[in-house]
Amino acid sequence: MRPFKYSNAADPAAAITAISVNADAKFLGGGTNLLDLMKEDVMHPSELVNITRLKYADIEKTSNGILIGGTATNAFTANHERVRKQYPLLTMAILAGASAQIRNMATNAGNLNQRTRCSYFYDVNMPCNKRTPGSGCGALKGLNRNHAIFGWSEKCVAVYPSDMAVALAALDAVVHVEAGNQEKRTIAFADFHRLPGSTPQIDNNLKHGELITSIELPENDFAAHSYYLKVRERSSYAFALVSVAAAMSLDGSRIRDIRIALGGVAHKPWRATAAEKLLVGKEATMANFKVAAAAELKNARPLEHNKYKVKMAGDAIVRALSNAMNGVGYGMNAGLEAGV
Amino acid sequence: MSETGKPISRIDGRLKVTGKATYAAEFNQPNMAYAFPVRATIAKGLIVSIDDAAAKKEPGVLSVISYKNAFRLKPMDMQAQMKAGAAFLGENLLPLQENKVHYLGQFIAVVVAETYEQARTAAYKLKIRYTEEKAATDLKSELPKAKKPKMFMGEEAQVNEGKTAAPLAASAHQVNHSYSTPVEHHHPMEPHATVAVWDSTDKLTLYDATQGVGMTSAIAAYFLGLQSENVRVVAPYVGGGFGSKGLWLHTLLVAIAAKAVGRPVKLALTRQMMQTNVGHRAATIQHVALGADTAGKLGAVRHHTDTYNNLTTFFEPSGKQSLVLYQAPVREVTYNVTTLNRGTPTFMRAPGETPGTFALESAMDEMAYELKMDPVEFRIANHTAKDPMKGHDFSSDSLVDCYRIGAERFGWSARSMEPGQQRKGKYLIGYGMATATYPGGRSAASVKVTMTANGEVTVRTASIDIGTGTYTVLAQTVADALGVPVDRIDVKIGDSSLPAAPLAGGSQTTASIHPAAMEACVLLRKELAALAIADPSSKLNGRRLDEISYADGKLVITGEEKKSDAYADIMKRAKRTEMEACATTQPVSGPGMTVPSALCTPRETPPEQNSDIKQYAFHSFGAQFAEVWVDQDFGTIRVKRFTSVQDVGRIMNEKTARSQIIGGVIFGIGAALMEATEYDKRWGNPVTRTLADYHVPVNLDVPPIDVHFIGKPDPHISPIGARGIGEIGITGVSAAIANAVFNATGKRLRDLPLTPDKLV
Ligand SMILES: Cc1cc2nc3c(=O)[nH]c(=O)nc-3n(C[C@H](O)[C@H](O)[C@H](O)COP(=O)(O)OP(=O)(O)OC[C@H]3O[C@@H](n4cnc5c(N)ncnc54)[C@H](O)[C@@H]3O)c2cc1C
Ligand code: SF4
Repeated sequence: MRPFKYSNAADPAAAITAISVNADAKFLGGGTNLLDLMKEDVMHPSELVNITRLKYADIEKTSNGILIGGTATNAFTANHERVRKQYPLLTMAILAGASAQIRNMATNAGNLNQRTRCSYFYDVNMPCNKRTPGSGCGALKGLNRNHAIFGWSEKCVAVYPSDMAVALAALDAVVHVEAGNQEKRTIAFADFHRLPGSTPQIDNNLKHGELITSIELPENDFAAHSYYLKVRERSSYAFALVSVAAAMSLDGSRIRDIRIALGGVAHKPWRATAAEKLLVGKEATMANFKVAAAAELKNARPLEHNKYKVKMAGDAIVRALSNAMNGVGYGMNAGLEAGV
Repeated sequence: MSETGKPISRIDGRLKVTGKATYAAEFNQPNMAYAFPVRATIAKGLIVSIDDAAAKKEPGVLSVISYKNAFRLKPMDMQAQMKAGAAFLGENLLPLQENKVHYLGQFIAVVVAETYEQARTAAYKLKIRYTEEKAATDLKSELPKAKKPKMFMGEEAQVNEGKTAAPLAASAHQVNHSYSTPVEHHHPMEPHATVAVWDSTDKLTLYDATQGVGMTSAIAAYFLGLQSENVRVVAPYVGGGFGSKGLWLHTLLVAIAAKAVGRPVKLALTRQMMQTNVGHRAATIQHVALGADTAGKLGAVRHHTDTYNNLTTFFEPSGKQSLVLYQAPVREVTYNVTTLNRGTPTFMRAPGETPGTFALESAMDEMAYELKMDPVEFRIANHTAKDPMKGHDFSSDSLVDCYRIGAERFGWSARSMEPGQQRKGKYLIGYGMATATYPGGRSAASVKVTMTANGEVTVRTASIDIGTGTYTVLAQTVADALGVPVDRIDVKIGDSSLPAAPLAGGSQTTASIHPAAMEACVLLRKELAALAIADPSSKLNGRRLDEISYADGKLVITGEEKKSDAYADIMKRAKRTEMEACATTQPVSGPGMTVPSALCTPRETPPEQNSDIKQYAFHSFGAQFAEVWVDQDFGTIRVKRFTSVQDVGRIMNEKTARSQIIGGVIFGIGAALMEATEYDKRWGNPVTRTLADYHVPVNLDVPPIDVHFIGKPDPHISPIGARGIGEIGITGVSAAIANAVFNATGKRLRDLPLTPDKLV
């Protein structure tokens, strides 16, 4: 690791100022991603500002939902009673990710900003447009079994690895950020992460110096019918090959409203809008789920080694929807059942 | 009284869980500097220039060493190295002696600095230019250049080439398929590390994460031009090895670095270096053909392996078990070995048998299905009690019991022959089984036992505990051989200055050092008895040696319990504060994996203790049974339960033995379902770079594992009767799982690991 300057931010303004004046400075959350990248010399910020002692570590009720603190840990968030009760999808998604130890360290804002696990990105001797713009994409013609089937460009075929964010995409979260001079703005979740296009080095639309203070979850009536399904190569502690966040509200057996988002398939959480459109107002049946899944996957563009993801994602949508319909995993034990 | 066999907990367990056991990287020295190695970023070529100007300007940098300025090591000379016990390097390459690059990741320079981070930062700043040559990076495309090696570790490598073609063709039933296994890495929990301390210009101490202190001492001494008794290698605790902790370049590199800066230097490998610099299990493509008659008797077995090597003559010997298992009139085992520019293939837990049993035992399952025979009955029908190649009886023959007991414990009879019959919700359920086997090796060893007049006993031998339980079982054996409690026994191992023992490899440690420990105790008791017999105030005075037995820290006249004399009393009266005896035992096969020069008081080992390879074939056997649940939509496979029945001779400690088998089975589950290092053939780099990419089983992947031992002492391997246990547990596991997947789904998967993408 290269030497860097380190400080503890006393208050949000100080943190934001410190970062804003130094283009090479970074906020430090739990460090579970950033420090790894620094050890491998993929990122070398000259300064880290620890923000985990700021006051954004709580979960608050608002008039129209809840606000989850940016520096609250993943573990705290997943296990919070309100989240478990009202947003079990989020609990399931968080608990499907990483390990208990990492979730105890990882912050919610850090999770949204975690970088791809593409192994060419991590290996500084390999070409990678995300790490070194213009050097080429190692994965495009290389080993891309874990890479994207949607939304990729010739410049980058990486997937964004977060589980939590897939649930947040389905739940129509809103990211609250603060910049210098106490300027505040919100970013709709669908607009937070980006597709790689010709600038894969930019993961998301957060600007340098902007601090994520909280993530807002609007109220919904999905709690009884939500499910996060994650397909992975071992039973836990592995990134998703494919994951699905599914949530619906039902009038009897008719789907009143529905949200479906996919993980492990694109450079951002992939909202399955084609499938959603087909299902709203329809009967919640396996046959309809299959038609919707097929419609969504019709547009998939697999690479040389990840053709399996197309079938897997389709089956995962159907399974997640049927589990959501049946209320599998609902209640205070939400998340313990997460997975296949 | 017997301590041997008891399931006592590790005597070093408390030290380990309280952090008091010191591993190599924890031997911090006053004034110690840190070394960080620099790795080649091409797979083949020459280094043209190394610009270290920027690196040298970094704070704290003490030295940048490359082929240009490194201390010259004694060149390789296999003949001379053999004589010196220094032949067994991980790779036949010396660090920083020339500008040639043989594989991506090769150590080509080292930076030494005041701190680890300073060394690492400076290492990033070296600018190295190469002329690159076209590298061989892909097994399949290099196979046309493969050669047929004549020998593998002293044995013929091409057996009966071409001899099975006719009998196979004439067989009523044939199966003939190719099976492939990927590159696997050992990835012990403790990364390799060495602290080098030059005590004077001709004396060196190495605190090294190694599986063999004697071997490391001999090799380091040879290349550094020192006397081997002047290179002390210390490794009291080692956090796993699995075959990867032989001598690799970093150990010599840190010795060079410490010499250059005139200070103690520490070097610890990163997880990424552990993928390129300390060996791996090479990928194999195996072609197995079996022929059987209508009654289900095998007529021919053919096992051909395509694989590769680099910088050694070692290659993955995946045909080994096919020379040992089953009665078949003809068997053909051959190899084609090409060379790749890839870090060096080496021994990895059950080298050969791990990938080899996957191929052979999958093929056996395919044949059983072809014959519509139960896979257990098919194996029993073809069981052999003799080594099929040598014709000798196996030293113990309990494999059929392993099958039967395993089938009973597992509930095998509930299995249906036809696949896809058992379903639970979204899961298809299947049962599979396979045979396990591994050779029962033994090498020479010396053990010294010391007793004080206070009754404290110390056992010393240059063996290693890589997490297996060596400390504990050695204390148990000595406790029994002297009649003293385990807690009075202090075990000292992991130091090359102690009497010689084999490296911890080839499942030989217990089989080798315990006969010597027992013999040393016999010698010690004899000396005590001689003192007592000669002492007029002893109750044993004037008696014959053969009348004297021992118990509870005393010598006793057999049958006359009151006539006894405590060891402590004998020693006090003789004014001896301490007595010791050192014994060497050596099988007829020779010193084996032990450096002979460090053996103490070489003695003739009685023929009955010889592990006579001229009369017997020494092998362990077992049977593995797996139940899998397959989610067909996603291709995910869960092993739901596992039964392993093993004949490994006497069980020295029920608990540590069981742990070895459980560990082996878990290793096997990893090999079956997830472990694989993948390389990008354009550059020859491993793409699975971290333990987040290279998956090993997590707790949730590990089902309840039912372990059962036959437990009969092997009467021929040694008076102790224990064969090794460290490796056999992994063999057959991946085949049992793949066979269970077939039984569940009807899909035959012949390419490991069985990741979801292969099943959907
Ligand atoms: C072995 C391993 C396995 C894992 N498996 C999974 C998995 O299966 N699923 C999954 O979803 N995740 C997984 N993770 C990733 C883990 O979830 C992330 O590393 C973690 O969420 C990052 O949070 P952090 O607080 O540690 O971020 P940090 O590492 O501290 O920071 C990450 C980035 O976020 C920025 N940042 C932090 N806080 C803020 C803020 N408030 N405002 C603006 N920017 C900010 C930092 O500057 C940095 O660029 C795994 C990680 C590891 C190491
Ligand atoms: S996929 Fe993206 S992250 Fe991976 S090598 Fe290509 S550019 Fe880099």
